Amino acid sequence: MNTTSAPSPSQVPTPGEPANLPPNTTTETTTLNIEGMTCASCSNFVERALSRTPGVQRATVNLASEKATVEFLPTQIDKAGLRAAVEQAGYAVHEPVAAGVLGSDEELAQRKAAAYRKLLRRFWVAVALAAIIMPLSMVMLWPALMQRVSMPVLNYVQLLLTLPVLLYSGREFYVSAWNGLRHRTASMDTLIAVGTGAAFLYSLAATLIPNWFMRQGLMPEVYYDTTATIIALILLGKVLESRAKQRTSAAIRALMDLQAKTARVVRHGQEVDIPIEEVRLNDIVLVRPGEKVATDGVITEGRSALDEAMLTGESLPVEKKVGDPVFGATLNKTGSFRFQVTKVGHETMLAQIVKLVEEAQGSRAPIQRLADKVSAVFVPIVVMIAIATFVVWFLAAPEATRLPLALVNFVAVLIIACPCALGLATPTAIMVGTGKGAEHGVLIRNAEALEKAYQVNTVLLDKTGTITRGEPAVTDFIPLNLPPSTDQASVLAMLTALERQSEHPLAEAVVRYADAQGVASLLAADFQAYEGRGAGATVEGQRVLIGNRRLLEEHNVLLTPASTEAADRLLDEAKTVLYAAIGGQIVALFGVADTVRETSAAAIRELQRQGLEVVMMTGDNQQTAAKVAQQVGITRFFAEVLPQDKASKVKALQAEGRIVAMVGDGINDAPALAQADLGLAMGGGTDVAMEAAGITLMRSDLNGVVTALRLSRQTMRTIRQNLFFAFVYNTLGIPIAAGLLYPFTGWLLSPMLAAAAMALSSVSVLTNSLRLRAAKV
Amino acid sequence: MDTTEIIVLLGGMASIGFVGWFFFMAPHQVATAVSSSSGVQQVDIMVKGGYSPNVIEVEKDKPVQLNFYRDEDNSCSEELLLPDFQIRRELAPFQTTAVELLPRQAGTFEFTCGMHMLRGQLVVK
Repeated sequence: MNTTSAPSPSQVPTPGEPANLPPNTTTETTTLNIEGMTCASCSNFVERALSRTPGVQRATVNLASEKATVEFLPTQIDKAGLRAAVEQAGYAVHEPVAAGVLGSDEELAQRKAAAYRKLLRRFWVAVALAAIIMPLSMVMLWPALMQRVSMPVLNYVQLLLTLPVLLYSGREFYVSAWNGLRHRTASMDTLIAVGTGAAFLYSLAATLIPNWFMRQGLMPEVYYDTTATIIALILLGKVLESRAKQRTSAAIRALMDLQAKTARVVRHGQEVDIPIEEVRLNDIVLVRPGEKVATDGVITEGRSALDEAMLTGESLPVEKKVGDPVFGATLNKTGSFRFQVTKVGHETMLAQIVKLVEEAQGSRAPIQRLADKVSAVFVPIVVMIAIATFVVWFLAAPEATRLPLALVNFVAVLIIACPCALGLATPTAIMVGTGKGAEHGVLIRNAEALEKAYQVNTVLLDKTGTITRGEPAVTDFIPLNLPPSTDQASVLAMLTALERQSEHPLAEAVVRYADAQGVASLLAADFQAYEGRGAGATVEGQRVLIGNRRLLEEHNVLLTPASTEAADRLLDEAKTVLYAAIGGQIVALFGVADTVRETSAAAIRELQRQGLEVVMMTGDNQQTAAKVAQQVGITRFFAEVLPQDKASKVKALQAEGRIVAMVGDGINDAPALAQADLGLAMGGGTDVAMEAAGITLMRSDLNGVVTALRLSRQTMRTIRQNLFFAFVYNTLGIPIAAGLLYPFTGWLLSPMLAAAAMALSSVSVLTNSLRLRAAKV
Repeated sequence: MDTTEIIVLLGGMASIGFVGWFFFMAPHQVATAVSSSSGVQQVDIMVKGGYSPNVIEVEKDKPVQLNFYRDEDNSCSEELLLPDFQIRRELAPFQTTAVELLPRQAGTFEFTCGMHMLRGQLVVK
């Protein structure tokens, strides 16, 4: 049940005017999944029942989608009441497991499990009967035995044994082929149905009217073993295929399973466990150590370390305190905390990731296009080739054997040519690849992005927020002529007391630095901010100032030669300098800079090792840019790039004939991300970032770029191998089955071997795709 | 060449021609979406060995709801792909699956089964 406060676009007003609403009454719209409706009058009935329920403003029921859209007054009726109204009308409301996007999956899984069990039953029936038919058909090979057995009786026995294989195990192929023919479309089932059907009908004729065959000078041979074995083998292929297919989508299921089932919510001052679907916006949820976070929100009380690996791929727990966001499905490790719910259902990060991965799995890779074109015309062309094979063999073979030879080769061509491997080659690899990416915090938007990532030869990194943390940090704290009876720690404590009052990013950097050093907490009074220069306050009775040089000069603080020298050194290193004074004396300098992430240099080295050129781009001046580039081992960089010029730098690289991957943090980089051949948004999770980029990295770490590019290469390699497998089976298989090698080698492909090869082709493609899951990224 | 051979040869050629004509010259079943009063364009599509109708005409920039009723349980039609809209959906047998999308561009977009054997087109005008 999804509830929105605005009417959904699919809502259709019902006949009749809505009741006059009291002023300021807001209605809610919800969608109910109705079960049990079979006809238009049922849906009308449910619609009327809902419309007449007090509190319901409008109700629309769609028979096709089995959904009711109801607009109601939450003050008069709730969802349970609506459900009761539907149930009273004699229908059921189906509640999806977990809110919204993650729902209704269990039901589908159950259906699939049932279908799989049925398939397995059909397979074993076919195997058991084929295992009896096979030796019976071989009786003919022993003349001594043949004389004791009556041929017609043997044929009838085989016919009786084959019928269940055909009518029960193989029924689906014939039904499906027939349905297809009525639409004038042909699928793999058409080939199987025509192939086994031809073998069976020929055998049936030989069983029923053997004399006619003998009059033509032919042995009334039967091919029941071929028919039964082909069906058994193809069902074996389907069994293996179905098992492997389930594993290809395992990543998405694993993601969905991460969701917590209940949440401990504070309601009316009491803690109550409620199902996750009933959690509302702004609820306060309590999370204890070892528990999963139920949904997305912001911490209001307490602090803890959270394992966010399931969303970001980052294995280290992340420290969280009041005001920090938490995400559903992440694991609380150490402390207890309360958070206020900001997102539920479809809106949560987990739901968005699932949606994104599902969308990527539904997209088409450009490399698939050829396979698509081929498979569209494949089956009819194979049928034509099979007919031609029949004709040629009939004309060329010796008269006594021409009919059986023509028939056997006709069947072999149809059976070996089944194009399932071709259809499975790309999608299965993409499913496994995108799923694996999600596990590592790499969200791939579509298959095209995956294919582009494979071609990339140049990686353009935006400096701030990607190579560096994107926030200033104190790199140097230089104490100077400390006042008597004070030490470094107490000076830092006094300075920090002032900076805690300030909102400036540089002040925050000082506070973070001091907190990491564990300084004492002091009180500051008379705080004053000096616009563009710094701030001052009184701490422990002394006037404290922190700011730029101008601030100190304005307050007549004398700069010592030692301080000037230290400041010049920091400036040389392209750092921002903060001057600190206590009681009119300069006491310390802070060097502040945007620091390089620990992982950046190693990740860049890895990219270079893979043969990619790494280029840096920044708005900083030449000197700062050179410094950072040198630190991380980049030789080519663009400095002083204005935000609006970022896209043109991408163009410039493209003009050099490079395939460019642009890595940015997704806000001001959006045009450049879009211009690049492949955009990678980092530290994502925002909708904007996900929209602009082909790949979103959930983790703020350049290693994600390495993972994404490596994963794309592995996926593309798998796709190529798969397409090769599929084409080889079909392009080599068809001529061999048609008997092309016979004049030279005497080789003919038995239809049973063809069936085995056919079954193996899709299984080998799937197995190859599944190998990706074990690949290291 | 004896009579049987001539019959087989001519019959084979005729069959090849028939197969080509039957599958490649198949007529399209075109349907235009019906807009509901709220502006959603709805089309009911039957899935049974193919899609009927198999050419769906819709208008641009208006939400579309395609209701696929899968009237069979063989594996060929279990998946529906609309790659241009990044949609991959499992169609449950003997049930209707509603696929919603918003066409923002005019053009012809293909929808197929998981193996690209059954095909249909969404024509956005």
